[in-house]
Amino acid sequence: MFEFKTKTKQLAIALTVVGVILWVVGFALNGSSSHDAGHGHEEAHAEESHDAYPGEAHADMIESSHQSADHDNHAHDDHADETHDYPGEAHASMIESTYESDNVDAEHGHDAHAEHGHDTHAEHGHDAHAEHAAHQIANRPWSAIYVAAIFFLGLGLGQLFFLGIQYVAQAGWSAGLLRLMEAQSFAIVVPLIVIAIIAFLGFGHVHHMFHWMVEGIHIKGHENYDAIIAGKRGFLNPTFFTIRILVYIGGWIWAAKMLRKYSLLSDSGDGAAMWKKNRGIAAAFTVFYAVTSSTSAWDLIMSIDTHWFSTLFGWYTFAGMFVSSFAALILLTLYLKGQGHMEWINENHLHDLGKFMFAFSVFWTYLWFSQFVLIWYANIPEEVTYYMQRFEQYKVPFFTMLSLNFILPVLAVLSRPAKRVPGTVVMAAIFVLVGHYMDHYVMIMPGTVGDHYGFGLLELGPILFFAGLYIYVVLSSVAKAPLMHKNHPMLTESKNFHQ
Amino acid sequence: MGHTKHNPIVRALFNDDDVVLDAVKDLRSSGYHVSEVYSPFPIHGLDEAMGLERTRLSTAAFFYGLAGLFFASWLTYYTMTADWPQNIGGKPNAYWFLNMPAFVPVMFELTVFFAAHLMCWSYFAVNKLYPGAKAQNPDPRTTDDHFLMEVELEGKETDLTKKLQELGALEISKVEA
Repeated sequence: MFEFKTKTKQLAIALTVVGVILWVVGFALNGSSSHDAGHGHEEAHAEESHDAYPGEAHADMIESSHQSADHDNHAHDDHADETHDYPGEAHASMIESTYESDNVDAEHGHDAHAEHGHDTHAEHGHDAHAEHAAHQIANRPWSAIYVAAIFFLGLGLGQLFFLGIQYVAQAGWSAGLLRLMEAQSFAIVVPLIVIAIIAFLGFGHVHHMFHWMVEGIHIKGHENYDAIIAGKRGFLNPTFFTIRILVYIGGWIWAAKMLRKYSLLSDSGDGAAMWKKNRGIAAAFTVFYAVTSSTSAWDLIMSIDTHWFSTLFGWYTFAGMFVSSFAALILLTLYLKGQGHMEWINENHLHDLGKFMFAFSVFWTYLWFSQFVLIWYANIPEEVTYYMQRFEQYKVPFFTMLSLNFILPVLAVLSRPAKRVPGTVVMAAIFVLVGHYMDHYVMIMPGTVGDHYGFGLLELGPILFFAGLYIYVVLSSVAKAPLMHKNHPMLTESKNFHQ
Repeated sequence: MGHTKHNPIVRALFNDDDVVLDAVKDLRSSGYHVSEVYSPFPIHGLDEAMGLERTRLSTAAFFYGLAGLFFASWLTYYTMTADWPQNIGGKPNAYWFLNMPAFVPVMFELTVFFAAHLMCWSYFAVNKLYPGAKAQNPDPRTTDDHFLMEVELEGKETDLTKKLQELGALEISKVEA
């Protein structure tokens, strides 16, 4: 039985505490920079945005669009007349200025600048853009937590689903790994709570991450009125949204708890009967998750870019979560083996885990490409803006993320022998984990902070915070029960598994 | 495959795959060389038990796939950009790379096509399988429900025969190399 040593515990808690401190420091520093931009110093802002992100190629286009947006919020025609090499670019700048004029037509009811003490702000005639920029900068601390929370939610949620699949598919090879999956499933609790809190804070306009939460955006005649978002009001409204979030939290945590409960009961009782109970729960959960994995991705991530939509976004997000959870499971398994536990896990089990990670890394790429190529080929303005912004403003993270999530894992663990050696599998797992953090970053940040992104204390803090909690939660529940089921009906199959 | 027939060969016929597998393990641990096993279906773990080298087919497949990828890149470049530039849906056609996403399905399919087909042909070539090739299995029953093992004879013939009988062989015969 694994013992969660005090030293490891202290390390996990230290990570969490350091994470909080870094974020708070980052938050304080972030406030001061939003102060500058809030007053509409155009030059200062331009410089700042140059520093803030690595891909500078787009600077001309964005800046020109910003400047004209400042002076004339409705200058769609001007933008369309600008000459561009690439047909998509005209669209991008047009949509961008549309977005700005929709969102921040002169002064509106937001009190974000009042909080920052910009009372004189409303007197400026041309600061619609400045306010938008201020919102984006103010969003960054929240978005940074949100990205990390979604990423770590995926590490648990993927394994919760995988645990369910083991029962539904009556899998035998994995019986010796079930306890680790159970432990990982519990790691969804903290990220879920944080995600819910951040999403609900949006209703109070503490941040402006979700475009559809803007006040009056669905009311015709209101200064913030947006016809497209008003049309989505039936789904994206505070009441239904809140209900959905609570249903996800309730359903997922319920499944994790029940699967664990009968798994523990099987140790002292009838393994086959408990296994059957778990199979029923897993079957119900699998159906529930089939729906909620998609809708939660729409709610939590896709609704940030409210105008844009993609029908396979749910599967895309799920694939990313699933593959990163395999990476985490591999690291956890090898850590425990390194500590001298789980002698029944050998290179055959590692091979299967490696295959799963490899397969879902390719599956993720397939979905990514399916989503991308249709939008790229059709080149419809309201769809293509999503990728334009990522190409223009997020070039470096965007392409780094693609190579980390596809090319490097393929090259590392394509061959059979490579999947049976811990070294290469761990390397691929680390690529996948870093890559999928970046993937979530590139999904969430462009819609919330625009070009005011970066990687600093604000981003590092939440990663350490959730990593510490993840380690703490997972290892403490691993330590609570024997690592091997006693009466699982397919124990022998798992022990003798070879290929 | 590729066994050297210096010693005489003893052939033993079995009717159960698990028995064959155990027999192979037993014989090898007592120093005999099992040169070949004929089976109507793949027996899980037999390669390892016989001590066969891992096939290099998968390494070849990687390079076949790579060849397919390059061929597809060249094909799309030549047909869509170089020889007769085609403007489809206003997509940039001055450089192959700018229009590359549109060619990814072609590149993927040809990668798979090359890898799969060339693997098949390589497999046939290595195993000398071609139209009109003579059957190599010594007993037609190995294509139905029997398993035949070839062991190189070392030491006394009676020892080996006795051992094979103990291991569950139904018929035993000796073939001079």
